[in-house]
Amino acid sequence: MSDTPIYDIENLHLSFPDMAHKPLLGPAPRIEILKGISLTIPRGDVVGIVGGSGSGKSTLGRAMIRLLEPDSGSIRFEGQDITHLGEDALRPLRRRFQMIFQDPMSSLNPRRTVGAIIAGPLRLQGFDRVSQRVDQALDHVGLPRAFRKRYPHELSGGQRQRVGIARAIATEPDFILADEIVSGLDVSSQAQVLNLLEQLVRELGLTLAFISHDLSVIRRLCRHTLVLHLGEVVEYRETAALFEAPQAAYTRELLDAIPLPDLKQVWA
Amino acid sequence: MSFLTIENLNAEVGPAPILRDVSLSVAAGEVRGLVGESGAGKSMIGKAVLGTLPSAIEISSGRIVLEGEDLQAMRPRDRRRVIGAKAALIPQDPLTALNPSRRVGPQITDRLVDILGWTRHDAQTRALELLDEVQIPEPERVMRAYPHELSGGMRQRILIASAFAAEPKLIIADEPTTALDVTVQKQILKLIKQMQARHGTALLFVTHDLGVVSKICQSLTVLYGGKVLEDTRIGDFFARPAHPYSAALLAATPKYTDPAASLTPVPEAVIDGVRAEIEAFDRMHGHV
Amino acid sequence: MADGRSQVKRRAGARLWLSATWLGLLVLGAVFAPLIAPQDPLAQDLFGARLPPFWEAGADAAFPLGSDSLGRDVLSRIIHGARIALGVALIAGTLTCLIGSGLGLIAGYFRGWPDMVISRLVDIWMAFPPVLFAILLIAVLGTGLSSIIIAIVVIDWTRFARVIRAEAMSQGAMDYVASAQVAGRKRFSILLAEILPNVLPTIVVLLTLEMGIAVIVEAILSFVNLSISTDQPTWGSMIAEGRLSIHQAWWVLVFPLVTLFLTVLSFSQLGEGLKDHFDPVLR
Repeated sequence: MSDTPIYDIENLHLSFPDMAHKPLLGPAPRIEILKGISLTIPRGDVVGIVGGSGSGKSTLGRAMIRLLEPDSGSIRFEGQDITHLGEDALRPLRRRFQMIFQDPMSSLNPRRTVGAIIAGPLRLQGFDRVSQRVDQALDHVGLPRAFRKRYPHELSGGQRQRVGIARAIATEPDFILADEIVSGLDVSSQAQVLNLLEQLVRELGLTLAFISHDLSVIRRLCRHTLVLHLGEVVEYRETAALFEAPQAAYTRELLDAIPLPDLKQVWA
Repeated sequence: MSFLTIENLNAEVGPAPILRDVSLSVAAGEVRGLVGESGAGKSMIGKAVLGTLPSAIEISSGRIVLEGEDLQAMRPRDRRRVIGAKAALIPQDPLTALNPSRRVGPQITDRLVDILGWTRHDAQTRALELLDEVQIPEPERVMRAYPHELSGGMRQRILIASAFAAEPKLIIADEPTTALDVTVQKQILKLIKQMQARHGTALLFVTHDLGVVSKICQSLTVLYGGKVLEDTRIGDFFARPAHPYSAALLAATPKYTDPAASLTPVPEAVIDGVRAEIEAFDRMHGHV
Repeated sequence: MADGRSQVKRRAGARLWLSATWLGLLVLGAVFAPLIAPQDPLAQDLFGARLPPFWEAGADAAFPLGSDSLGRDVLSRIIHGARIALGVALIAGTLTCLIGSGLGLIAGYFRGWPDMVISRLVDIWMAFPPVLFAILLIAVLGTGLSSIIIAIVVIDWTRFARVIRAEAMSQGAMDYVASAQVAGRKRFSILLAEILPNVLPTIVVLLTLEMGIAVIVEAILSFVNLSISTDQPTWGSMIAEGRLSIHQAWWVLVFPLVTLFLTVLSFSQLGEGLKDHFDPVLR
């Protein structure tokens, strides 16, 4: 069991119909977003997925937790092929892979209280002691239990993102996908959320895929880094090695373009 | 000479202060950064200068002086004319800032024709020059294109060209690279810097990213809750930030070159200190 | 520290209460019409014809808003007319809303072929001129209350379907819907539990607008004598009759018209007010 990687992805292709160029009759042409992606994520790993817009990083993430269905290739989750599973067959698996979304405002239903939001997945997956688990999840992310009664719009951006994290960890998943979860936050809340995530990875032994366009954040958090460019894997290596000596030209370009808060860095 | 001077600007929504005694100035050829977290009022300052504040926000006191002309003392019509001729904006989102149903060309030339009274032909020639200057290949073709046919980086270049078109004295750039990829951001920042230096424009650069600040600004104003906490030269800021909040902000910004350094969120004590400062200010000015 | 955003609040109170009060009065009037109305709305008295309203010379206190050319009490007829007006508004409005919103939600959330079918249907439907459609329907169904209601529902469901489809589509693209799916919620349950509550304010606004429209449509059909039998007082028929004697007795036209106007206005204001009142983000 422990030898089986959490994810084993092979030659994954995924495309969307291009409605802008749909002919009058007949099907729309397809835009290929993922062009044959392969990667393995061992249990307990923290993988950073980085790339520019249009690199396919979010699409890959959403395919991994099967919010999207790939055209071809395969996704194995703990050995089980989930590439083309239907929604009914996926439902029992849903407890085991969760997602934290980029925009906490749009990913939390504005008409529910924090308590109801966190309890939602627990109820649907048939957990017992839901109320206690909600409290535990709030404790884990460092929010007061009294927040159960609040609505998302009453919270700050950083607090909202903690609610998103609490909802994801409440079902004790094996895998969490975090999609650009700090890009909308101020630096101070960003630092808090990152520290929290690091702590949760340590304490709960999570396997985490962390999608970001910010390499500084990835370097802090992730053991491995996957660089995507236009739907293809550019580089997938241990983070330290990748940052020390980037192999691909695109990785180097990406690294050079990060504006460091440092006057000594001079842009060529 | 200072192209923009703001003196003791106060603005409120109803009874709640949005800007608290803000003073700053931007000289010809200077790039001043305006940083702060969301809600700090940094975009509000830009909007106050350009006269585009939401109607609920009212300027209660203070002066905004644009190249010697006091905007607050003017009639609204004159103010709009002065702002139109002397200031310009590079907006945050290149997607929504261009009208999707019009070709790019007229969107650049409109301003020259309508506000400055140029002929269409002159404006056209100038627009082509500018597109060339912002390194857009095949400017003639791009002039006839619709915004959706161009990439985000291209659109931002067009907005930069359009901002510089009327040779304004002051340009306000409101988070102009936030919506862009890092690689494109680098090109755009370099372009803005280059254009600004060549034209000797005063540039007020609104951002939340201290990394970006270090690449483009010469001086810096740090805001919190609509109040200026620090006004400094860029070298001093990075070497020895004067205000504890500035120092905390710097410590909270991740650097990939130094992964071992722990990321310190802005400490509660610092935030409390800043809030106390603001409350003291409010008490003094009668907002309780 | 005060944040300016919390200060920018819309005042929903006044218009909500004013419109609710007016509609509440009307409902009471309609329910207890036989008890409240000072006169029998159908009782004719040719000697008491065209009595002016109470503040003018020659008024009769028993006819506070005057009487029409057949001597029938205007106030009593307005009160009795409210029964038809509100009945139509309530039944036709609700039915239209249920059918239109239901189809709109399904089309907007499930997309694919249900959307194709529903959207094409809406397109075809909206190509018919509505007034002609209504007259045609009444001609086929015969006059009467139920015909009016059916006509309104059949014509106006597209209004709901179109708007709610667009709204469901935009809500469906929100991440909280994806997160419900990640949580393992079934598609239909997502529609009811996640999307519907967020579309509800729009539905409420449309519903109240529709009720106002139903009142107007009923009045128009009464006006052209396609509504119910002439011995039932309706606002539309009162306006039609009042028009004929506008120079001799303006009040026969003006009072039902003002009532109609206030009622339709109240419905739309009620909707806007309710939306603000129940929106947790604005509240």
